[in-house]
Amino acid sequence: MSSHQISVTINGEEHTREVEARLLLVHFIREEVGLTGTHIGCDTTSCGACTVLLNGVPAKSCTVFAVAADGAEVTTVEGLGNGGLHPVQQGFTEKHGLQCGFCTPGMMLTSKALLEENPDPSEEEIRWGISGNLCRCTGYVNIVKAVQRASELMKENSDG
Amino acid sequence: MAECRGLGHSVQRKEDARFIRGQGRYIDDVKLPGMLYLDIARSPYAHAKITKIHEDTAMAVDGVAAVITGKTLEGFKLAWMPTLMSDQQMVLPVDTVKYQAQEVAAIVATSRYAAADGAAALEVDYDPLPVVVDPHEALKPGATKVRDDKESNHIFHWEHGDADGTDAALAGCDTVVEQHMHLPRIHVASIETCGCVASWNPVEGHLTLYLTTQAPHAIRTVVALVTAHLGLAEHKIRVISPDIGGGFGGKVPVYPGYVLATAASVVTGKPVKWIEDRSENLQADSFARDYHITAKLGSKDGKVTALKLDTVADHGYSDAAANPSKFPAGLYHIATGSYDLENAHVSVDGVYTNKPPGGIAYRCSFRVTEAVHAIERMVDLLARENGEDPADFRLRNFIKPEQFPYQSALGWEYDSGNYGAALEKAMDMIGYRELRAEQAEKRARGELMGVGISSFTEIVGAGPSKTFDILGIKMFDSAEIRIHPTGKAIARFGTKSQGQGHETTYAQIIAEELGIPPEDIQVEEGDTDTAPYGLGTYASRSTPTAGAAASIASRKIRDKARKIAAHLLEADEADLVWEQGKFHVKGSPDRAKTIQDIAFAAYTNHPQGMEAGLEAISYYDPPNLTFPFGSYICCVDIDRGTGQVRIRRFVAVDDCGVRINPMIVDGQIHGGLTMGIAPALLEEISYDADGNITGGNFMEYLVPTAMETPHWELGETVTPSPHHPIGAKGVGESATVGAPPAVVNAVVDALWHLGVRHMEIPMTPARVWDVLNEHGAAATR
Ligand code: FES
Ligand code: FES
Repeated sequence: MSSHQISVTINGEEHTREVEARLLLVHFIREEVGLTGTHIGCDTTSCGACTVLLNGVPAKSCTVFAVAADGAEVTTVEGLGNGGLHPVQQGFTEKHGLQCGFCTPGMMLTSKALLEENPDPSEEEIRWGISGNLCRCTGYVNIVKAVQRASELMKENSDG
Repeated sequence: MAECRGLGHSVQRKEDARFIRGQGRYIDDVKLPGMLYLDIARSPYAHAKITKIHEDTAMAVDGVAAVITGKTLEGFKLAWMPTLMSDQQMVLPVDTVKYQAQEVAAIVATSRYAAADGAAALEVDYDPLPVVVDPHEALKPGATKVRDDKESNHIFHWEHGDADGTDAALAGCDTVVEQHMHLPRIHVASIETCGCVASWNPVEGHLTLYLTTQAPHAIRTVVALVTAHLGLAEHKIRVISPDIGGGFGGKVPVYPGYVLATAASVVTGKPVKWIEDRSENLQADSFARDYHITAKLGSKDGKVTALKLDTVADHGYSDAAANPSKFPAGLYHIATGSYDLENAHVSVDGVYTNKPPGGIAYRCSFRVTEAVHAIERMVDLLARENGEDPADFRLRNFIKPEQFPYQSALGWEYDSGNYGAALEKAMDMIGYRELRAEQAEKRARGELMGVGISSFTEIVGAGPSKTFDILGIKMFDSAEIRIHPTGKAIARFGTKSQGQGHETTYAQIIAEELGIPPEDIQVEEGDTDTAPYGLGTYASRSTPTAGAAASIASRKIRDKARKIAAHLLEADEADLVWEQGKFHVKGSPDRAKTIQDIAFAAYTNHPQGMEAGLEAISYYDPPNLTFPFGSYICCVDIDRGTGQVRIRRFVAVDDCGVRINPMIVDGQIHGGLTMGIAPALLEEISYDADGNITGGNFMEYLVPTAMETPHWELGETVTPSPHHPIGAKGVGESATVGAPPAVVNAVVDALWHLGVRHMEIPMTPARVWDVLNEHGAAATR
């Protein structure tokens, strides 16, 4: 098995490792770097539990090789909020947008990217935006409300 | 004093702080020094003799440390394990596999990838055997026998109620409807799969088992019982159930992987982790449903009179259902539902087939969903046969509020209910009569729109010790509360949250009873070394049992607090008045001691002759089950071109008694509804004639996304449980139980004028289109 040296910047910190070519980015993040907030829920790129931001864009990290992220900037749930809470984290808490919490990191990162692209999404746009992330607990209504609340908070922040 | 925010407050969840920061600790986050990884090689055949396992092919892979086969386990008498239903199940086969994806061998390696490589490399020789997948076929004489150790494929016959009386009553009815229905196999598919880390300490003879389990204490006892012959004892077993990424019943059973990781840890002397893939989870873990029901319901002069259900239950190759021991078909005999009817009989025949074992709940209290599906479909049919609107027919035939406590024909005592109020509320919310008018107009234009009702009665909170046990252990549950000197508290429970928010709701119950704010109460569950014994969280039993225990333990603490307060206030106990959070002397509200003052005194200034400390424990044995209920109305539009069913609106009025945290209750209902429409429209695990699974991964097994899920509209009525200390009933599963027939009734309603009388589930676009096409109603260009 060939191995390669890669450097990936995760939440602003650079991590250099020697990895097997086949190592998945999600395992790099969880096992090599030890950030376990990124979860794994399937083996068919269907659930989105592993969603991270790869150079700012949501990516299912179970379907990206770590070597393909060489030189990239990755944001995981641990990098949301910079000490405080990101509006998305605030919204999910206030609106009860999570139950077991397993889908939540991926769901929040997808929501963050969605709101950056579309600061004022309709319910339909939110539902479409998060449709690559499965949640078995919440029935999505409160996730939609959480994203709407995050949108409000982000606007308040930028107004203030 | 800070407001204590007990019952009825939408307190924000305490557990969220770690979850939104990615600091939850789920099973795959547990990493121990020197840990090995286990992967499982599985059978490609549904039924086959294993002629040889070439262990060397896996051992040749870099990093593989051990290969465990059925023969290895046989040496330790661990190849088979008992099920909860007095059957047995293989951990690994010694010579024959019984279903596709069955565990064949375990590969232990130094990394996750090496273990997977080893499993892929393992060569196994099989001789395929004939397969039986249809339970009706399996019952025929001469059918392929699934189990060598049994006489036939018939596992059990169970019946309940008055067979002759019901037949006679049906014969006397003026209207009888009969319908066959299949509730197919489905899977809970919690987003976190199952797994464990087993850590055996040979020096101490101690086993720590981190496990995705909803019932850690029961698991500890089971492990102790099945390994006693190997020298393991219960005080040397610690089960830790970490944060659980959804359970829904799927994390109640003991899976072979758990036993394998444990055996591997004992063999290697190292901690061993096993985490299943999604495909393994769907293909091999316990399924739900798979009931083939033939239902008859009769009425006389418009009054529902008699119900008969005959059922063939496909259990796969072993009866590994997760039911209380005396209930082989769970609580299926709740089947008379919300209706006042005098004659009923239900029967179930369990059958072996070449499929995975199971029979778990899928967010339901032991086969209640099957029962509700049957009665709610049949009531709809009977209403129409009587020429009456299904809503009006229900309203007339409901058990009336003044009939509670109500003795059902099948032997239950319903605690409380007001079914008419819930249905009328749902009808108001959705504008039922207006929808009927709209439907008539649309029908005239050739558009397909339907409205369906489900007025379910749940039965949860197992259960009273006189009838409910699992392997002999009574189904109580527990709370242990300790108040610290500074008035803060820790409370531990025998249950285990999987997302339900116990850390918050239990704290609120204690807050209500003692006046200590929820944020001052640390709630813990899931560690058998610290938490009191309990049977765990499933079947919506946590609030009815452990929630009640929280109340009772709090009240014990209050009793002692009263004595201490009397001492501090130099007053007579009888003269003290409790108002939330403090005792004052009758007539002088200023002479008061808060619970915090009292807690401090309990350690610093307690009365002579009294033991120090302020704590209590309760093992709560519920006097009865609780019976949540509700009425759901679903409005669908059907695309005549594609057969797509779109849920336009769905109104759910739930009555779960007193609500502890309304925000959390609504969240439970939202989630339950989503898991209710899923089997109605999308989800099914099916098999071809050779026993090959279809629907064994997330590309084929369709869990609803936000796009298929409607915007749920909720309403409530509150009818407290008269026997629960705070009047609560439990709510986690009502919606999953109640929703499916509302959707089916809506679709059948949309197609009724075409002559459609029934729809099997899931009502996929293909299935609906076929029905439209058969009835000449599919749109064509
Ligand atoms: S783990 Fe499911 S999409 Fe990545
Ligand atoms: S909160 Fe449990 S899967 Fe979304």
